[in-house]
Amino acid sequence: MSDAIISFQGVSKHFGSVKAVEDASFDIQRGEFFSLLGPSGCGKTTLLRMVAGFEIPSAGEIMIDGQPMSATPPNHRPVNMVFQNYAIFPHLDVRNNIAFGMRKAGLTRAELDKRIDEALELIKLPGYGKRGAEELSGGQRQRVALARALIKQPKVLLLDEPLGALDKKLREQMQIELRQLQQQIGITFLFVTHDQEEALTLSDRIAVMSEGAVIEIASPAQLYESPGSRFVADFIGSMNFFEGEVTSSTGNTMTVQTGALGTVSVSDSRAQMTSGQKAWVAIRPEKMQPVFSDPGTGINTVTGTMGPSAYLGDRSHFYVHLPQREEPALVALQNLERSMNHLHKPNQTVWLQWTSDAVVVLPRD
Amino acid sequence: MSRSATSSKTVGLAIRRRFLASEALRGFSLLSPTLLAMVFGLAMPLLVLFTLSFWLQDYVDFIKTFSWKNYSDFFAKPIYGMILIKSIKISGMVTLATVLLAYPMAYFIAFRIKANKLVWLILITVPFWTSYLLRVFAWKVMLGYNGVVNSGLKSIGLISEPLEFLLYNPTAVTLTLAHAWAAFAILPIYVSLEKIDRSLLEAARDLGENAFMTFVRVTLPLSMPGVIAASLLVFIPTVGDYVTPSLVGGPSGIMIGNIIQSMFGKAFNWPLGAAISVMVMLTVTAMVCVFLWGTHRFRRRVA
Repeated sequence: MSDAIISFQGVSKHFGSVKAVEDASFDIQRGEFFSLLGPSGCGKTTLLRMVAGFEIPSAGEIMIDGQPMSATPPNHRPVNMVFQNYAIFPHLDVRNNIAFGMRKAGLTRAELDKRIDEALELIKLPGYGKRGAEELSGGQRQRVALARALIKQPKVLLLDEPLGALDKKLREQMQIELRQLQQQIGITFLFVTHDQEEALTLSDRIAVMSEGAVIEIASPAQLYESPGSRFVADFIGSMNFFEGEVTSSTGNTMTVQTGALGTVSVSDSRAQMTSGQKAWVAIRPEKMQPVFSDPGTGINTVTGTMGPSAYLGDRSHFYVHLPQREEPALVALQNLERSMNHLHKPNQTVWLQWTSDAVVVLPRD
Repeated sequence: MSRSATSSKTVGLAIRRRFLASEALRGFSLLSPTLLAMVFGLAMPLLVLFTLSFWLQDYVDFIKTFSWKNYSDFFAKPIYGMILIKSIKISGMVTLATVLLAYPMAYFIAFRIKANKLVWLILITVPFWTSYLLRVFAWKVMLGYNGVVNSGLKSIGLISEPLEFLLYNPTAVTLTLAHAWAAFAILPIYVSLEKIDRSLLEAARDLGENAFMTFVRVTLPLSMPGVIAASLLVFIPTVGDYVTPSLVGGPSGIMIGNIIQSMFGKAFNWPLGAAISVMVMLTVTAMVCVFLWGTHRFRRRVA
């Protein structure tokens, strides 16, 4: 962990009796696209604002590039921020917005002009320099906010839910551009979002937060496929949970006895659980295969009846009622053929199958 | 239903429809009470004043023939021009003093007061609960020969004789007017400061500016509309004020309003008074135009 650009060391922030952030300790590596993900009020924005210097930690220390930051005001920190509402100066045109932070850079007029032109090129808005702030669309404002921060060549770019105000199509486009931009310039991005899909798409690593605490830090694939706790498994994507108990555990394979699914065979190298331990068996909706004739095997198979369904275009979601479970299981099916949607009939008997690799086992207490 | 009833209903609907469809028509009908008051209360008297300024006084009668004489009199006697210039200087000082004093107050309420802003705003209007005349007299009591300031300084032994330069001069007028018009300056500045998105100030800090430069480069330019409104609200009415100069101004603190008042009173030359009023109006209009042009340029340059 020698190449940490930001290091949180036991950082806490209390607003009166409200504990916004509680004992956060982790590192962000140089050049990483790192996301803070969590529901609103989980402390992710407070953590970001502490890096920017707008909040001072109640306890602990934030190191940026090896320097302690507690006594450094925002204007002297080597980080820049893209604000949630972009905070474009309304009295300045695009050029002057981008040039705002360059007053003390010691550049000549010509050098500065060149840098601004490069920045406008980078955000794909050449020729927009003379536009006023109010003449820009939401996506353009966001780009100007990016350029204004990036022209300062910060060690870390902080982004506070920058895509939240954009419509879906534009948001997806900006996600791709943001990711490309980050790889192109190689600056560390610290990105705050409540949108788990956005975090999965963009990040190298994600810190999942809840109620002021960092629950888990891992890569998107790891968080989705092998979550470390029920909270993370539930918060990221959809998940079906089934109560059970480990009956045998040898090497990488485990057998879990559940009420609703019967005997489940699991191969999960991360799960370190012993026989007799209470467990959650968790299966993602897309990892349960519906079959409409009896497959004839009892392991990793369950029989149910079709409940309500939702057609989502590329895939369909439907609920399957299981005999021993009140809550129906959610199953997602790719609509690979145009006629597939007509297969699903309510009250039809259906068998759900999964591989032993599809199952996540989590401790239950 | 009879034919005529149907057709009158159709006409009624057509009128309604036309009314609802026309933005301008609805706007005017909403404006009409104010518009009427403005026409009869402002435009008409102005027209009368303008007409009067081209007439001449003949003892108690007017000579109702067109004449430039009042205007040539205005330019012939330097006293009118001098007093007008002095009035503008005093009002300019009042405006400057009021805005400079009002800005920190407005800033404090907009940025530092988190709860009960309304209470603070009401507190600012408290001086208005007493009459304007009373407040001017209060200043007379403060600044007078045996006034609060003099007796206070005497009692602590700083002076042995009362200071005579406190009252009856342009400074006393400036002080009194600045106090009287403070609220008119605080409120528009407060409104423009309150409207500033706080994240803009954070953005300026984030981009490397300290608190002072953030104020200069973001807060001040964005609050300029309020400063301009405050300046105009104070400058325009104080140029023509005659109550304060006549009570605390003394002979040296006389303003153009006093001249106009005497023309319509003791001197009894209404047409000349009207002509001076028109000249004051034209001068103020010109000054306001220059001021607005100047602030516009300032905003562009700071940007």
